[in-house]
Amino acid sequence: MSAARGSAGAAAAQAADFDRARVRTDAALWLLQRASAFVLAACVVVHLATIFYAIRSGLTAAAILARIHSSIAWPAFYAVFVVAAAVHAPIGLRAIAAEWTGFRGRVADLAAVAVGVALLALGLRAIWGLAA
Amino acid sequence: MTAGTAQAGDPHRERGPETAPLASSWIDVDVWRGDAEGRFVRYRVPREASQTVLDVVTWIQRNLDPTLAYRYACRVGMCGSCAMTVNGVARWTCRTHVDRVAAGERLELRPLSNLPVIRDLVCDMREFFDKWAAARGRLTPTATRKDPMARVLPASRERRAADAAIECIGCGICYASCDIVAWRPDYLGPAALNRAWTLVNDERDGGNRERLAAVAGDAGCHACHSQANCTERCPKHLAPTASIAGLKRAVSRALLKGEL
Repeated sequence: MSAARGSAGAAAAQAADFDRARVRTDAALWLLQRASAFVLAACVVVHLATIFYAIRSGLTAAAILARIHSSIAWPAFYAVFVVAAAVHAPIGLRAIAAEWTGFRGRVADLAAVAVGVALLALGLRAIWGLAA
Repeated sequence: MTAGTAQAGDPHRERGPETAPLASSWIDVDVWRGDAEGRFVRYRVPREASQTVLDVVTWIQRNLDPTLAYRYACRVGMCGSCAMTVNGVARWTCRTHVDRVAAGERLELRPLSNLPVIRDLVCDMREFFDKWAAARGRLTPTATRKDPMARVLPASRERRAADAAIECIGCGICYASCDIVAWRPDYLGPAALNRAWTLVNDERDGGNRERLAAVAGDAGCHACHSQANCTERCPKHLAPTASIAGLKRAVSRALLKGEL
């Protein structure tokens, strides 16, 4: 409830116009996060259901790995999973950083991109290790 | 933030009982005095049947301390000027009965959160209303006075959506109750976005391209986490959360059509 807080908000509200490109980016990021959430929800269900099914009869990790090696569908499925996670997580982290820690702006945006790229690289590398 | 109690010799203590000698019960009321750097001062106020929190504040101002600053106008829940934080919850004080909110015969009154305090129970509403303007909360007419009256079908989807959100009295309770406003000072807030939603559904309005861009993004509808504090607290039982969700859909449609 400080005066400084109030004047910052008022200044933002009184800004004559908004940055249309920025608004488009925000709206697109929001939509991408929702779309990736749908993909993630489906992937998580398939992932968990498959694990429960596969270990029911006592399959070992080695046997599961052997099956994945000989498949194209499973690495492709996990590639989709990784891409969805790499899109979804940084957008959410960016919002959490802005709201809970006040870390926002260009540096925060770049940090979020870096998290996304790291998730993508680590995830795809793991899949490559399984498939190759 | 210290709770000071009126001491013996203090006019608060001396004059309280004299002005209402017939009261059979009393309530302790801690009232915020000063600006952002103020403190609580305790007053004793006689209890009455059907007493509202605004009655309590008015009694203090008329009988104990005429310098107490607070706002009200209509006293019947129409004007939206008497909102305060009552025992930690933002409420319209003219329609809030003491019986319903006074836990342990004690009241704590402070100005609304998320807005700068001017003095005592009065906060500066400029930021709140400036954001209505920033959200393009004004009708952009498409007709002139020479044109016939617009015929808006009461049963149309747009009219019903606008109807559901239109009764806002601008009290600021939603704004004071919103965590996102606290976290992002540039967030337009529930009331301004709710107002924008009524205009998005107003078929006489021609400003939606501009309006949707104004309410989109991290300072607008996309910042809302749908926690629904606004909807929980709105004294008019509106659902700004639903209005904001409507804006998100409208903005997404505009984005995909390349109209944002």
